[in-house]
Amino acid sequence: MEVLRDQNWLLTVGTFLPLVGVVVMLFIPKSDEQSHKSVALITALATLAIGIYTLTQFDFDQADKLQFFADAEWIKVISSNYTIGLDGMSLPLYILSMIVTVLVMIYSWDHIPSPGNPKAFLSLMLILQTGMAGTFIAQDLILFFVFFEVVLLPMYFMIGVWGGEQRQYASLKFFLYTMFGSALMLVAFIALFFKVRGALPEGVEPSFSIPMLAEYGGLLGRSAQIWIFAGMFVGFAVKVPMFPFHTWLPDAHTQAPTQGSVILAAILLKLGTYGFVRIAIPILPEGAREWAPWIGLLSVIGIIYGAFGCLAQNDMKRLIAFSSVAHMGFVMLGISTLTPMGFNAALFGMVAHGLITGMLFFIAGSVKERYHTLEIARLGGMLKQLPKLGWILGFCAMASLGLPGLAGFWGEFPAILAAYSPAPGLSEEVFRVFMVIAALGTVFAAAYLLWLFQRTAFGEPKPEFSGGHGHDGHGHDGHDDLHDVNTYEWIAWTPFLIAIVVFGVYPQLMFKIFDPAVSVALKAFGG
Amino acid sequence: MLAAEASQAMSHSAGWFLEHAWVIPIIPAVAFALIIFFGKRLPMKGSELGVASMVASLVLAVGAAWQWIQKINDASEGGVSYLTRAAGEKTPFVGPIVREWTWWQSGGFEFGIGQHIDGLALTLLVVVAFISTLVQIYSLEYLKGDRRYTHFFAALTLFSAGMLSMVLAPNMVQLILGWEIMGLCSFMLIGHWWEDQANARAALKAFFTVRVGDMGLLIGTGALFFAANNWTQANLGVSGFNISGLSAWAMSGEASKSVLTWAAVALFIACIGKSGQFPLHTWLPDAMAGPTPVSSLLHSSTMVVAGVFLVARLYPVFWEGLQIGDTGINFIVLIGGVTIVIAALLAFVQSDIKKVLAYSTVSQLGYMMMGLGAGAWLPAVFHIFTHAFFKACLFLAAGSVSHSGSHHSFDMKKDMGGLAKKMPITATTWIISTLALAGVFPLAGFFSKDEIIDNVGHNGYQAFMIVGLSGAFLTAAYMTRATYLTFFGEARGAAAGEHHDEGHATDHGHDAHDDHGHDAHAAHGAHDSHDDHGAHGPHESPKLITIPLVILAFLALTAGFSNAVPFGASWERFKKYVEPSPAFVMPEPVKASGPGEAIVVLDSTRASEGGEEGGAKSGCSYQAPAEGEVCYFPAVSHAKFKWSKAALSLLIVAVGLVSSWMFCVQYYTRRNRRLVGLTERNVILRGGYTFLANKYYLDALYEKVIVRAVAYPIARAAYWFNQNVLDGIVNGAGKISRRTAGWVYRNIDQHVVDGAVNGSGAAARGTGGALRPVQSGKVNQYGALLFAAAAIGALVLVIVNT
Repeated sequence: MEVLRDQNWLLTVGTFLPLVGVVVMLFIPKSDEQSHKSVALITALATLAIGIYTLTQFDFDQADKLQFFADAEWIKVISSNYTIGLDGMSLPLYILSMIVTVLVMIYSWDHIPSPGNPKAFLSLMLILQTGMAGTFIAQDLILFFVFFEVVLLPMYFMIGVWGGEQRQYASLKFFLYTMFGSALMLVAFIALFFKVRGALPEGVEPSFSIPMLAEYGGLLGRSAQIWIFAGMFVGFAVKVPMFPFHTWLPDAHTQAPTQGSVILAAILLKLGTYGFVRIAIPILPEGAREWAPWIGLLSVIGIIYGAFGCLAQNDMKRLIAFSSVAHMGFVMLGISTLTPMGFNAALFGMVAHGLITGMLFFIAGSVKERYHTLEIARLGGMLKQLPKLGWILGFCAMASLGLPGLAGFWGEFPAILAAYSPAPGLSEEVFRVFMVIAALGTVFAAAYLLWLFQRTAFGEPKPEFSGGHGHDGHGHDGHDDLHDVNTYEWIAWTPFLIAIVVFGVYPQLMFKIFDPAVSVALKAFGG
Repeated sequence: MLAAEASQAMSHSAGWFLEHAWVIPIIPAVAFALIIFFGKRLPMKGSELGVASMVASLVLAVGAAWQWIQKINDASEGGVSYLTRAAGEKTPFVGPIVREWTWWQSGGFEFGIGQHIDGLALTLLVVVAFISTLVQIYSLEYLKGDRRYTHFFAALTLFSAGMLSMVLAPNMVQLILGWEIMGLCSFMLIGHWWEDQANARAALKAFFTVRVGDMGLLIGTGALFFAANNWTQANLGVSGFNISGLSAWAMSGEASKSVLTWAAVALFIACIGKSGQFPLHTWLPDAMAGPTPVSSLLHSSTMVVAGVFLVARLYPVFWEGLQIGDTGINFIVLIGGVTIVIAALLAFVQSDIKKVLAYSTVSQLGYMMMGLGAGAWLPAVFHIFTHAFFKACLFLAAGSVSHSGSHHSFDMKKDMGGLAKKMPITATTWIISTLALAGVFPLAGFFSKDEIIDNVGHNGYQAFMIVGLSGAFLTAAYMTRATYLTFFGEARGAAAGEHHDEGHATDHGHDAHDDHGHDAHAAHGAHDSHDDHGAHGPHESPKLITIPLVILAFLALTAGFSNAVPFGASWERFKKYVEPSPAFVMPEPVKASGPGEAIVVLDSTRASEGGEEGGAKSGCSYQAPAEGEVCYFPAVSHAKFKWSKAALSLLIVAVGLVSSWMFCVQYYTRRNRRLVGLTERNVILRGGYTFLANKYYLDALYEKVIVRAVAYPIARAAYWFNQNVLDGIVNGAGKISRRTAGWVYRNIDQHVVDGAVNGSGAAARGTGGALRPVQSGKVNQYGALLFAAAAIGALVLVIVNT
């Protein structure tokens, strides 16, 4: 596999720079909150600067090749190396993780959730950033696994310490469930290593290197591939999350602080789907082909089921969480077709979902802050009281339901298209049924999102929140908090909103980056 | 751009306007963004940008149409060298001006954006730009002082951008883009006065119902794309989304019939939703909750014809897929026919003037669909053209009545009557448009509707000709009723100068307008005489309202002459310039010469006109094209106009007008005892009335049965399953592993392994509810346990497999 090794320090710096910030913060006393915020933000900005420099140095004409490639000995005893590289599939997600972290930091400037302690909160966020970026650059299975797990702990504490009323239950469930998946994934990785080692031709060094495994993984027998794929499947499917492994998600999202929800939706869920496109499918083509119809089935069940879950909600944040299940269903449907079109759609869908659902969680956080409730029945007339927030909610709802011209559409529509014509060897009839169900899912998406918008934003504000009325039964005078979008929110949100429009109007910006790398990932399927 | 220049040199310049038609939707799109960001700071609150952008679009559209006419004229005079005419050929082939740039690419497929300009696209471009301009001018007055004046103009402008980009779409993806943007604008504009939840619900219903149909659009597009892509790439060098490509593929004889059929059905379902056809028409009357200019523009003359446009645009797909050429009943003609009648019947039981017009729109869209479903392509498209003028005029006249005559009420029975004397201009324009809609000679509706009916019969769909004629009777009758109730008879309620009391406003759904309009005028108190309706009573509307009315009424009077079939072939200009040529064409695929740009240059080697006047059916769709040739349009035949046939339909219309008028006089003015209360006395009539008054119970079916079932029991059941079954398994697994861990710890670790840490024994005991394993400290234990399990599993796998 051809790789580009120029400037191979870039990714390492970009990934580990946040930890430098953490070290600096360790020496600042806890009480000096402003310094912590400044250091954290500066670190995140510096990381993003490295990310942007990476973007400028990335050779887009060779997006199919791993760039900034570095390969160093790491844990020799288990043949695991520090192998990193970036291609067109990982670049957008790598950059997205950096941008999201910066914007979340900005949002945190005046939104540190209770019980405070910015030192710990922001340090965790920086560690999280290292884990996320590392997962996208890792080209070695063990390295990938380590980063994949590094992500877990900060998020566990974010939910468990800064979360809502049931934070302990939610955080534990999140941690254990993901851990359970990871365990199986690790089993699969190890099994894969040993099996491939037995099948390697002369002169090829056995290792956990993903490019190497992608080249020789196909040598494995069909049944071995199916079993190993199954292990990886569970690991990644929990993370996505796919139906029926999704039940940790609504709890985690509902209980997590706004920042946690945003990062969870924008980046963490993508680790699972990314695992499929980067590892499971390229390395185990036979296994993938065997599992694809089942993945497709679970995807479309997830689409419809997630929509039902949304329709049954009274809580705005929980509704958005369930909508994630449905949207990730579209992403997984795209992946399950095993076609370049489907993969591109899935990758686009990941970024689009990250932007849009991340934005929706920001809005939910701001609504909660102002109204002290997310109960849909108690909200109403937001457009009248907080017109800007209301319109941004409307905009994001439209983006989320897949309006053409906004980013969400380009994840959904090509995924539906791709299902019409899956990779050779997959049943066209089955996938066409999936296509119809997925198309039905777009109708449901319109239903729950517009319903949400209608109930919260339209109409007259409820008496309890409109000034002068309803002082009774409302402990603190909530309407005093009712201020429209503030400066920090604007700074944090504008990039999201612009990106949703820009990628919606000119999707080529991302498709052209994905496309070459996707062709490489799918070369076993005659794509 | 390079390829554009090259093709100009090669194929005779198409003209600047024609080649730059893609600018037309960009102007309002830019204007939209400017209005949103800067509108409120401008002297006219952004409305000037909206109007200016529409005028600019109109100028460009008219310029392009003019050049198109020139092009066709040149071609038919033989003035163009590249056209070689075969013997016996009647009309030479003039291809559409297609330009496409790469929008995005994925998995080896390219998706373009650009323009596809031909007679159909130009017709719609001109109509949309023209009516949008008039409606925006009208709105300057009608929405004066509205609290969301700027938003209103922004949404209206974005709507025009969406519609225009859909109309000139060269491929299905751009078409979907425009289609959905219109849906969004429709949502925003219907819900313009969203403080009232009734309006918000209507907006939601409109968007959602259309979205149900849109499923078909996605599926149909996908099916066509994959089925056609290889063929279109090989033969025309364009993708399987391309309109020309799909048309040619459908007519090539190589397309899979079953895919065509399924795709046509799927796409038509989208058209049913968008164009308010039975059984998804129920959103359209509710959409009247929006401000009247919106009803006039979106929900009558332009947006709702998008579905009709789609069928006309991809006509070969529908023609082949549904075998329109055969005379068996097909999906389109059936839905169209049913819609005509059921909507017309509903129009009789409405007391809201806008709802009468809404059902009338549904019914007229049914005519267009029926025409398309029966091979009457040109009359159907011509009906889009004429209907746009008189229906826009009717809505604006209704708005004018409510604005100045009935104190913002739309209730004909309560607040109107006898307004003809008070509002002569409004009344005259309304009556002209009513007669045009009814199809009275020589107004616009006659030439289009009668042609549809005539051609439907001519093409062998006799049963639907009768449906069309019955529809004509019903149309004449319900419009007469509405006219009588509004402008004649005794003045009632607000029309009689009565002042509104508070209780009245809650009587009918549309009075949301009442409050806002009132607020608005209170704020701008200086404006004409609105503040003292009580004293002045009904009066004629100001000029910004009447001028658009007069212009539209003039067109309702005259537009029909652009294709006046009764006067001979030389009057059939619309046909000459709009109907695509059913010629066999030698395509010349041109590969992209500039970055990602491809232009299809079309050339004609052999052309033949399809069977005229019952002659042998030949030409495109009846004969497969020869090697290297393609067809873009089926050879449809045209009925020959006969006065004897027209006389029948004119007679039916006359009977409808007169009988309805007489009935109205007896019923509403004289209160004839034998008629009044008949629906209560007669069981059959009462049943019929109840059935109609409940809109065939379709709304009840959708809202009370389907939506309620999905939104409540099904969603709740799914959620219950989620919380109790799936989560139960997870929690159960957690509980069991914790118990196991505890057991292992107590019995093995403590007893077997010596020197255990005593302090953690307390943690192992585990407290708390079954569903809430608390104490984050246990994470380590579970983690360790799982990793141990994983390690053992890995070991087993390795051993088993080696």
